[in-house]
Amino acid sequence: MVALVEGRPPAADRDRLDGARPPRARRRPAAWWALTPFAVYVLLFLAVPCVVALGTGFVTGDGRPSLSALAALGEPLVLRAFGSSALVSGITAVVGAVVGAVVCWGLTALRSDGLVRSLVDSAASVLAQFGGVMLAFAFTATIGIQGVVTQLLLTRLGVDVFAGGVWFYQVPGLLLPYVYFQVPLMVITFMPAVTGLKPQWQEAVATLGGTRREHLLRVVVPVLAPAFVGSVLLLFANAFSSYATAAALISQGAQIVPLQIRAALVSETVLGRENVAGVLALGMVVVMVVLMTLYSLLQRRTERWQR
Amino acid sequence: MTRRRGAPGTALRKAVLAVVGAVFAVPIAAMVAFSLRSADGTGHDLGHWTALAAPENERAYRSLVEGVTNSLVLAAVTAVLVLVLLVPTMVVVHLRYPALVRPLEFVCLVPVTVPAIVLVVGLAPVYSVVSRVAGSGAWTLALAYGVTVLPYAHRAVQADLAATDLRTLTEAARTLGSGGVATLLHVVVPSLRRGLLAAAFITVAVVLGEYTIASLLNRVTLQTSLVQVSRSDPFAAVILALLALLLAFLLLAVVGRVGSAGAGRPVLPGRDVAATAPAPARKALS
Repeated sequence: MVALVEGRPPAADRDRLDGARPPRARRRPAAWWALTPFAVYVLLFLAVPCVVALGTGFVTGDGRPSLSALAALGEPLVLRAFGSSALVSGITAVVGAVVGAVVCWGLTALRSDGLVRSLVDSAASVLAQFGGVMLAFAFTATIGIQGVVTQLLLTRLGVDVFAGGVWFYQVPGLLLPYVYFQVPLMVITFMPAVTGLKPQWQEAVATLGGTRREHLLRVVVPVLAPAFVGSVLLLFANAFSSYATAAALISQGAQIVPLQIRAALVSETVLGRENVAGVLALGMVVVMVVLMTLYSLLQRRTERWQR
Repeated sequence: MTRRRGAPGTALRKAVLAVVGAVFAVPIAAMVAFSLRSADGTGHDLGHWTALAAPENERAYRSLVEGVTNSLVLAAVTAVLVLVLLVPTMVVVHLRYPALVRPLEFVCLVPVTVPAIVLVVGLAPVYSVVSRVAGSGAWTLALAYGVTVLPYAHRAVQADLAATDLRTLTEAARTLGSGGVATLLHVVVPSLRRGLLAAAFITVAVVLGEYTIASLLNRVTLQTSLVQVSRSDPFAAVILALLALLLAFLLLAVVGRVGSAGAGRPVLPGRDVAATAPAPARKALS
């Protein structure tokens, strides 16, 4: 981060481009001291934790640099956890993206500054970003063993949801709660792209003798495609890194990566393998960095149509 | 092609919304129905709701009270932290160091790529130092939370910053002889009040919902105590989760309304009115 800050062009160049008067900068006292509290804070509570978390994978227990801890990433149990994480994230990202895109299309029927629309936005924000543990409770109350829907199906229709075993407190049980927060996140991320579609484009197509179908295939789909793919990546990253819902649902075992980090953190002194949490964190960040880089590249393409 | 533009499928689109909305209401409705189950399991009553307030259960819910208290303290401290540390920095960078705008945004978005579950691995050693220096009071967790809310708070303030001609306003204040602090309090803060309010409310919503860091650092907050209570008394946990979701929804609804009310405010000539669009955390946040 620090390197990136220093690597930027000098402030004066941008200032002039911005339309500001260069002499002003000379008249006024330096304001850099105003930036130090934040810089120190970010250094201590963002940079240091990042370095510690990712760096412990490269040292042995007694502090010597080594790559041996990284071997933990190749263990079958860890590989299986990454596989399960990817599977859950992949399924919920695709389902969430498709359903979310349909909801976005539906939302275009509402006034963008209306009350309903802003309530939908608020609800989407809550479910997408702040649900965590509470969504786990919501689904336990719905399709847990004692859940309302489970019991309704059992007593009214005689259908036992858990006839083939209680899958709800295992990895498959994550799918429904995850889709429940993925769809709102899709609505939040994809909606700007959908509202960026100009009605004039459709008129232009019609003027040129095109059909609605041609407008859809030649204009709407190409314009929305990068946004859609980007959103899928973001949803994948979101599910991949989400911990609270899984932790509240699955109290035993470590079937996905975040839960493996929990297990490693809780038991590290017992096993004498101090670095496992750090190595897992490293593996996770590598995945996240790849996903978020691709996302921001696609986002840049998307924003071209939103001005 | 025979239908007019604007009309096609409006009813269909609304129907789709209604169906998805109904499906998404099921878990929430199930929480309500679950919490209304009577103690003997045969019917429905308000027993579990009244039990929460009953004095004889005070002991059972003591950890919940502690968790709620801690979370409220944390929400307040984190909001103050964001307003005192992040906002002045953003304003100074915006006015004096335009070259740092992108790097600052990059720093504020790092917590998106480095999720809480990764951050907590590195925070554990940091907190062993923090508790030696500042004690192990509940509020210290706010230092970590301040980082996790950076992406949300940055976005909220940035939206307002982009829509306000702060440069002209502060120049005017300086021309009229106002000092730095007076300008900050009487010009910058009132101009950015929507963004500041949005940032504070989103911060509160994030802090009240945070579980990962609190649980792995063994702190007692609303969410960790909910998980603990849910093992012995799932009804109390579901009721409180419902209330917490409702509170977060109300906070964000206020943010949304405040943001969209922005179109009616006086905007300096030459500025894009549409840029006052709602400021709530809009994307890229997990």
